[in-house]
Amino acid sequence: MADHGHDRGDGLRVEHHFENADQQYQSAKLGMWIFLGTEILFFGGLFVAYSVYRANHPEVFVFGHHFLDKGLGALNTVILICSSLTAAWAVRAAQLRQIGMLKLMLTLTMLCAFGFMGVKTVEYNSKWKHGLLWAGSYEPHLDHTDPATDLIHNEDFEDGGDIEGVDAVETDESGTADVESAPTDTDRSAIDPAAVGPPGLAGPEPEAEGEEALEIEPANAQVYFSIYFLMTGLHGIHVLAGIGAFIWLLLCARRGDFDTGHFTRVDMVALYWHVVDLIWIYLFLLLYLI
Amino acid sequence: MAEEISAPVGVANVDHAGSDDNYLNHGKGILSWLFTLDHKRIGVMYLVAILSSFFLGGVFAMLLRSELWTAGQTIMTADTYNKMFTLHGAVMIFLFIIPGIPATLGNFVLPLMLGAKDVALPRLNLASFWLWLTGASFAVVSIIVGAVDTGWTFYTPYSTTTGTAVISMTLGAFILGFSSIFTGLNFIVTIHKMRPEGMTWFRMPLFLWGIYSTAIIQVLATPVLGITLLLLVAERALGVGIFDPALGGDPVLYQHFFWFYSHPAVYIMILPAMAIMSELISTFSGKHIFGYRFIAWSSIAIALLSFLVWGHHMFTSGQSGLTNMIFSALTFSVAIPSAVKVFNWLATMYKGSIRLAAPMLYALSFLFLFAIGGLTGLFLGSLSTDIHLHDTYFVVAHFHYVMFGGTVIAFLGGIHYWWPKIFGRMYSERWAQLSALLIFVGFNLTFFTQFVMGSHGMPRRYYNYLEQFTPYHQASTVGSFILALGFLIMAGYLLHSLVRGEKAPANPWGAATLEWETTSPPAYYNFKHDMRAGDPYDLDALRFEPSLGGYVRRDPSSVLATTEGVE
Repeated sequence: MADHGHDRGDGLRVEHHFENADQQYQSAKLGMWIFLGTEILFFGGLFVAYSVYRANHPEVFVFGHHFLDKGLGALNTVILICSSLTAAWAVRAAQLRQIGMLKLMLTLTMLCAFGFMGVKTVEYNSKWKHGLLWAGSYEPHLDHTDPATDLIHNEDFEDGGDIEGVDAVETDESGTADVESAPTDTDRSAIDPAAVGPPGLAGPEPEAEGEEALEIEPANAQVYFSIYFLMTGLHGIHVLAGIGAFIWLLLCARRGDFDTGHFTRVDMVALYWHVVDLIWIYLFLLLYLI
Repeated sequence: MAEEISAPVGVANVDHAGSDDNYLNHGKGILSWLFTLDHKRIGVMYLVAILSSFFLGGVFAMLLRSELWTAGQTIMTADTYNKMFTLHGAVMIFLFIIPGIPATLGNFVLPLMLGAKDVALPRLNLASFWLWLTGASFAVVSIIVGAVDTGWTFYTPYSTTTGTAVISMTLGAFILGFSSIFTGLNFIVTIHKMRPEGMTWFRMPLFLWGIYSTAIIQVLATPVLGITLLLLVAERALGVGIFDPALGGDPVLYQHFFWFYSHPAVYIMILPAMAIMSELISTFSGKHIFGYRFIAWSSIAIALLSFLVWGHHMFTSGQSGLTNMIFSALTFSVAIPSAVKVFNWLATMYKGSIRLAAPMLYALSFLFLFAIGGLTGLFLGSLSTDIHLHDTYFVVAHFHYVMFGGTVIAFLGGIHYWWPKIFGRMYSERWAQLSALLIFVGFNLTFFTQFVMGSHGMPRRYYNYLEQFTPYHQASTVGSFILALGFLIMAGYLLHSLVRGEKAPANPWGAATLEWETTSPPAYYNFKHDMRAGDPYDLDALRFEPSLGGYVRRDPSSVLATTEGVE
């Protein structure tokens, strides 16, 4: 596209349809912000799904979140916040034409992203090993000696009960049980709940509250893991896209594209990266902590 | 290249001797088109692609109407029929009418109206077109490997259990959604950042207000469709269970997600049509548009209200009575800005000197058909009547009166209006009037009968029907063939004009917006000068010049930028 731009003599390439570099930069920036808005809305659908199912089945979410490793989640949060710092630093370096610093910061950001994906792989592996997958593949087989899935020794359950809670998980694997338990929404039904649940309904009584309720797997626990994998999976895809963008920026930097103080690309990718971080902070809060 | 576009101030943009270099012949070969960054060429490629989709969707429609000639089997089996109405809907909605006006006329006209050389993000514009092609390929693959029989709405749980090629079709729609987002994003940035000297927000042509409102919806609503379709794909491929009651999910949640996009999407379809209408009515009434600010604000109002009415698609899906009432009331409120527009157009025509050229015939058709389509929407927005009319042909007729009678008719008006600008040729006015008449008559015969049979209880999407509906179905089918004849004639005279048409003057209609200030077809760089915008509806600033067969400005310097040293 040799004919699609012109050099203004100040080293900044301005596309032919813009009047000046500022108009070009402002257009790119507005476009990026709108794109990031669409990203938020894209995730918004999943946040709505989370809210709807959490409102309808809070016990499922309380139950499920104990299987996530808060330590690893916190580690990933720290990694991403650090990477946001290095990404912002990279923008500053590009503005000041410190190419060495720019390359360093881009590399660090990218390493953080790889670190995040590494930790995520460890977490996914553990879920995979225990069959804690999305609804269609949800077949929990928990190991009592494994602290990751042993609710008894989970710190949240130190005063908690006995081994039955976990056993209940193992004995309630049949899909038919879930089918039957799905419509029993006793909060909404005008009919009183049956004194004895139908066979296979291992969900807690509506009155059971607090930690006692958590020891037993509630009906439809698989919904939590579906939402967990959808949200963190979509976020992970965005992290991978970010890694691709940072590699591209490093190649641009090597080619000397930023020697002229042209920092728009770095700025745009960094904005994207901040949004990816921000979404993770919400995921950490919603999936791991509450 | 900067030198090429510089010219001494004072020389008019229109080279009366006729310039040989225009965007159509600026580069040669197919690659110079496929990889162009020029908004005009992208607009023309979109026009070809989208009219091809319209043709494909139209063929499906004709097959459907032929099948419905008699009750029971006429030309296809029930399973094929289910696929046909799904493909008709999916192709018409996702490939044709959603991208339709913005991607074709919007792409071509918007930068010209701004006096700009291109949209703000030309590479994104090309990417949008390529995404459209990719999405269309997925849809074609789906058609080849077994099509889809879910209806264009892909409602769960049927869409997660049917054996047809749902995944490739929904991935196609997902990709087409991103194409639409990129177009909208580009237009928002362009309108914000690239308006010329003198064009304040309230001196923008109303076409731009309509496209801007459309772009807002494209950007805000389409991502939600994206995630919904992705969830549907994940549901089919992995069984995530979000929409599957057997796994603890909720199929009605799919409907909420789907309509949260797809209701605003019908305004993505109608707002650009209204945008075209404002231009046509003013130009062909020879009068300044009436109520400029009201028309501008009503576009924004429709865009915002469009996000608040999706629940009216689920009146019968078990929503609470209170929710239904709220959605019903909000639905009625959309009628207000729509009516504001219609009344302002009528007031513009009042005491104007109306020219019944082809674009104006379409504009008048729009007024008539959109009024019927809009008012029957109120029947469906009322809870008590909707229970009776839900999922009948009344809904089908309402939808087609708004989408076909509204959007497609305005699109045709826009094509006839800007055809001379796009291709530099005039079409045969006489044939165009005949075609417009056939389309108007054929359309009403096809779809008005559907209002009647719908109110008598004929359900939509049914393959078979009771004997009592035969006359209506046959009248509807006859109408559809008249409609098709109208389109065939149109294709004939438009293609003929490309080869044999008279050369078009720069401003054949006497409109005052900036796109008419450059040659027909425009030069590669659109304008030789930086432009200055005045009142876009000040038609008195123009006079007819018989030697050119078109209009010229009384004071050509009034549209040239005052800044010294252009480029």
